[in-house]
Amino acid sequence: MKSAVAISGNTGPKVRSDCEITLQLSGKGGIAIDLTSKVKTLYGKSIVNLTNQVLDFFNIKNANVRIIDSGALPFVISARLEAAVKKLTDTELEYLPDFLPENDYSTTRDRFRFSRLYLPGNNPGLMINAGLHSADGIILDLEDSVATDRKDEATILVRNALRQINFCGAERMVRINQGERGLKDLLSIIPHNVNLVLIPKCESPEYIKKVEKEILGIRKKLNLQNQVFLMPIIESALGVENSFAIAQSSDNIVAMAIGLEDYTADLGVQRTAEGKESFYARTRIVVAAKAAGIQPIDSVFSDVADMEALRETVLISKSLGFEGMGCIHPRQIPVIREGFAPDETEIEKSKKIVFAYESARLNGLGVVALGSKMIDPPVVARAQKTIDLAIRLGLLEDNWIKNISS
Amino acid sequence: MTVKRVKNAAGRFVPTEINGQPVIPYKGVGKHKPEGRKYSPRIPSCSDFPEDGNKVTGSLEEALCKCGLRDGMTISTHHHLRDGDLVSNKIFEIASSMGIRDLIWFPSASFPCNDPLIKYLDNGTINRIEGSMNGPLGRYVSEGKMKGTAVLRSHGGRVQAIQDGEVKIDIAVMAAPSADSFGNAKGTGGTSACGVLGYAKADTMYADKVIVVTDNLVELPCFPMEIEGNYVDYVVVVDKIGIPEKIVSGTTQITKSPDRLLIADLTAAFLEKSGILKNGVNMQAGAGGTSLAIAVFVHQILKNKGWKSKLGFGGSTKYMVKMLEEGQMGYILDAQAFDLDSVASVERNANHVAYPVFNAYNYHSKGNLTSMMDIMILGATEVDLNFNGNVVTHSDGYLLHGIGGWQNCLHARNVILPLPLFRDRIPVIVDDVTTLCGPGELIDVIITERGIAINPLRKDLIESVKGSGLPLKTIKELKEEAEKICGKPEKPEFEDDIVAAIKWVDGTVIDVVRKIKNN
Repeated sequence: MKSAVAISGNTGPKVRSDCEITLQLSGKGGIAIDLTSKVKTLYGKSIVNLTNQVLDFFNIKNANVRIIDSGALPFVISARLEAAVKKLTDTELEYLPDFLPENDYSTTRDRFRFSRLYLPGNNPGLMINAGLHSADGIILDLEDSVATDRKDEATILVRNALRQINFCGAERMVRINQGERGLKDLLSIIPHNVNLVLIPKCESPEYIKKVEKEILGIRKKLNLQNQVFLMPIIESALGVENSFAIAQSSDNIVAMAIGLEDYTADLGVQRTAEGKESFYARTRIVVAAKAAGIQPIDSVFSDVADMEALRETVLISKSLGFEGMGCIHPRQIPVIREGFAPDETEIEKSKKIVFAYESARLNGLGVVALGSKMIDPPVVARAQKTIDLAIRLGLLEDNWIKNISS
Repeated sequence: MTVKRVKNAAGRFVPTEINGQPVIPYKGVGKHKPEGRKYSPRIPSCSDFPEDGNKVTGSLEEALCKCGLRDGMTISTHHHLRDGDLVSNKIFEIASSMGIRDLIWFPSASFPCNDPLIKYLDNGTINRIEGSMNGPLGRYVSEGKMKGTAVLRSHGGRVQAIQDGEVKIDIAVMAAPSADSFGNAKGTGGTSACGVLGYAKADTMYADKVIVVTDNLVELPCFPMEIEGNYVDYVVVVDKIGIPEKIVSGTTQITKSPDRLLIADLTAAFLEKSGILKNGVNMQAGAGGTSLAIAVFVHQILKNKGWKSKLGFGGSTKYMVKMLEEGQMGYILDAQAFDLDSVASVERNANHVAYPVFNAYNYHSKGNLTSMMDIMILGATEVDLNFNGNVVTHSDGYLLHGIGGWQNCLHARNVILPLPLFRDRIPVIVDDVTTLCGPGELIDVIITERGIAINPLRKDLIESVKGSGLPLKTIKELKEEAEKICGKPEKPEFEDDIVAAIKWVDGTVIDVVRKIKNN
């Protein structure tokens, strides 16, 4: 037995959709549950039933349980209970809520990753509706947003969230911790259809290889079919210097991100809105990622109230070659998406170029000209990329070229 | 003594008598036709009032005594000072010290600042409240502790009850941010400005005695007067009628919640794509965080399209004032101002006009404003599969809110309820509302973060958004989605005792609230 009383979860005037559980094992007297809940009239019985079920699952027959509930959903209550149990007893058992069939999807290497929304891994209130905001990816974060002494309970909560929350088609991402803790995190989350793992503070290809090996091991052991992509985050001077090697270190890497808070701290400089201090690192990451054939992703923009500044930042980011950005508030998602999407002028120009190229090709001409201007092949290739993007974003019809010709 | 209960037209069992007075069960929308003549207060004579017009009296206590305060009287107040009101509680403090019993408090709304009145309910000074009951007062009533039965009316229902004589006000105590010695009064000026006094008109016209209480006595005439001195018996000057920062908020804030903003986004998109939002539209929205966000988004659409709303009905907020000032709204007709910008606007802008609830909401009238509104944005604690709405109780059965203008506003052309699908695990869409406040036939659209349900009766609206890309679902689908996430909730248990009656806009009883069963 580890200690006498365990507490897990959160309570307080601002806490929503969570609960705090105090568990005390006792020698006799069965299970005694003391429930305080604002939804007691509506869900009191079901909370008590669930509590009994979970404790029985862990073979706990005698205990005092105090639950202060702020409208926690069942998967949250069971996660909190499990975390408390694991503080008091050694067990490998996992109380898994049902895996929603709608969560059984995979993603592709080249899908858009314009916006990816960070969710603190120990805050269920922000998770429940996260899928409604149309982010390309949703990150359940186990790293910086979770206090050191809450890592275990957050891991259980994130695992349950992966099973129970419908993220509406967003790429299901988890940011693991650094080092050994990060490898341990994988064991809890990989079996629950994670599409992509974010690896923080990457400085060398070796750690990526370790993560990859660990994931492969888990997939083999459990015979998992789902693909798990990787996205290293570069957050230090050493990481920037090694970025190309990191980007190339695994076939499963689909994108590489930069984290500017830690990077500027590592440099010992202030992070400014203008971003001169990180210009080199950002362009270096873009070049490394492009050279490795993966998507370069920019850092988050931290002022959630200033949408205009975000808009400007996104446009700069796009002009540097980035293909996406992190979000810390759902309201940032549409601004980022609109920013990275090609605008009307770009689309129109690209249409003209691609149309000229196609006409030249059909007429057997080797040289493409738009008006009196010759067009080089790379220009055509870039225009084609813009067109593809516009079609995939629904900004342009699939058969646009026919509509022009006819 | 058992009172007979009958099934009303909405299928709810209601008594035929409340607080010893006969009442009419709800008959359906527009079905009850009132008979007879309006109530008339006593005829006063100028010979009883000072020729110089000076009605200033020493104190509130003196004025109440002169009005003949005695057991069983009905005392009315308005709620323009909101949570900063220092006058209402004072009345009952005085009455209690005089040993008066069984008063009926008839406010246009109550606020947390009125919670201390529980002690006067306990000691018998107050028999019952006929008005709104929020927070601890609602809990008190729900637990069956109030001596009389509460009667909840909409703002329009309240003035209808006054006009029709269902409620005979003995003394109206009207707090006024500015008043002159004759009793003319208005909502602006002084340190306790609330903007407008839209809830005071019926009280002053129909009460037997009217006391104006002010902390800002101005030279005659107090202009523009919303309360006219001809109706007023006494004027009392006190140090303070209210706590300014609790009367109006410094600034009303749009919601920061991503989910509520998503609901506001969807609502604005619905208004635009359905064609409801158009040039010349009349509209009304509340002061809640989501409504304010909707107002901001709607304003942007109007701007982008070069459209203008003909008029908006207040409660006004700075976002409405912005529309007025930037040219996207022609007029604001206003029954109450919610923030400092609105108070300032009433004072300076001739197109921002104080407009009494008596004119805007009274159903026993020759038409009123509500049916002329194209867009009406409202809230609810629960909506059921038949689109019936509840605004007074929560799903746990406790009485926690007043009706406000909600029932009256249901008569608008397009009634839209932007609601979160669940609040802290509590689903908003239920099989049957705990308390019926508004019939589903008047509620057109429910907009949640997980989809939009249009009332099947509104075939035109359903048609208007076909192929719009909006996430349309049936109300049943929405309910099932919430229950899949939250689990199916249990129902609260009630005793048989009725603790409150819910009146419809025509004075009939649409439902009752029963005492919570103590487990």
